[in-house]
Amino acid sequence: MTNLTVSNSTLALGFVLVLVALVIGYVEKLHINKDILIGVVRAIVQLSIVGYVLKFVIKADDIWLTGACFVIIVINASWNAGKRGNGIPKAFQSSLLAISVGTVITLGTLVWTGSIKFVPEQIVPVTGMIASNIMVAIGLCYRNMMQTFTDRHQQVLEKLALGADIKMACLDILRDSIRSGMQPTIDSIKTLGLVSLPGMMSGLIFAGVDPVKAIKYQIIVTFMLLASTGLGSIISCYLAYKQFFNERKQLRNELIS
Amino acid sequence: MEKIFQVKHLFYKVNETTILKDINLDIQKGKYITVVGPSGSGKSTLMRILASMISSTSGDVIFDGKSIETYDPILYRQKVSYAFQQPTLFGKTVRENLAFPFEVRKKEVDEAKIIDYLKMVNLDETYIDKSVNDVSGGEKQRIALLRNLLFPPEVLITDEVTAGLDAENKEIVHKMLNQFNQRGLTILRVTHDETEIEVADDKISIRKGELVND
Repeated sequence: MTNLTVSNSTLALGFVLVLVALVIGYVEKLHINKDILIGVVRAIVQLSIVGYVLKFVIKADDIWLTGACFVIIVINASWNAGKRGNGIPKAFQSSLLAISVGTVITLGTLVWTGSIKFVPEQIVPVTGMIASNIMVAIGLCYRNMMQTFTDRHQQVLEKLALGADIKMACLDILRDSIRSGMQPTIDSIKTLGLVSLPGMMSGLIFAGVDPVKAIKYQIIVTFMLLASTGLGSIISCYLAYKQFFNERKQLRNELIS
Repeated sequence: MEKIFQVKHLFYKVNETTILKDINLDIQKGKYITVVGPSGSGKSTLMRILASMISSTSGDVIFDGKSIETYDPILYRQKVSYAFQQPTLFGKTVRENLAFPFEVRKKEVDEAKIIDYLKMVNLDETYIDKSVNDVSGGEKQRIALLRNLLFPPEVLITDEVTAGLDAENKEIVHKMLNQFNQRGLTILRVTHDETEIEVADDKISIRKGELVND
């Protein structure tokens, strides 16, 4: 722990790195400086608030407060995932169910197997990790689904015209979308340790934990992310594809760009 | 003769645009009917409504004595099959396409039946394992029609399926449709081809979303 030396003054000096991004934006006329500044301010404010909230929650060590953090994280992740399903009806509800189930099952398994303890300092950050990964996976699923329904709508129509049920008419779209949600996790797993030293492991090493012990946590995180993105992708896709059809099992053309 | 379709006061609107206006129509079972009209007249829209691919804004379509809205759409589309103008073949091989109607009905794929049907449209058994990228436009249309006919529906609706085909392919398609019609299949065929119009039992003409008497 003694090696952790970030103070307010070092943070301020670190702001130089933001200036690098701002200069690039300015010189190359990228028109992104406003976004960069808003992003930086939001990050500082949000993380500061979260820091104090976490400090309070961990100190209180109360099951209801921990539960409230879980609910807030899941709802936020679902709201953001829902926004990425721009145009897909009930995207928030589908995301909420997918993220809730994915997070509860993964977190429950971790607690049940003894990988983590049911204490706020472990439950809250791990919930955040799981929910954010499912959120990203669902976003990719939705984007892929919108695109493939647009690209292959003729094929879907033909299958419907041949008397196929809606699931059969878009089974390849469903599979491609689930795969697109899981693929980045699978790809990142392949390069673990070779290209990236992921957050969990790096954090533990930073905090002075033996790297050999830190990798065990990272392996658990890897399993956790595989399960959670798989669950999130499959649930969200199975809920979302139905929205592309009406009650007469006709393709809703208004959803296809 | 028994009516297979009765179309009553059918309207179809998209936003404020009226595509079909008060269509009233009876279609007899077993007839071979051509549907004609200029592009954008609404003939394809009417056919898609009859095939339950889209629903009318108002009015009703009675199929075999019952409103089509009362049928399960999946089972209905197995009775009233729709063939597209420019079909796509699914998957990688012709086999996947011709196995599809069996899969839809949860039946074991009958390869002998597939070969018989392929021969009916002048394609031999080697076509089963051909890549969908290796078949010509005319062959693609013939294979696509076989998907509709492997389990013969009660009505086949075709939307300009011979448009863009050469004379030989047109003749093969025409012969096949005639054969099925003689076995009792009702055919509604959207076309611009004068020869096809002449040989049909009857003709439906649509202009600006309304039925007209030519």
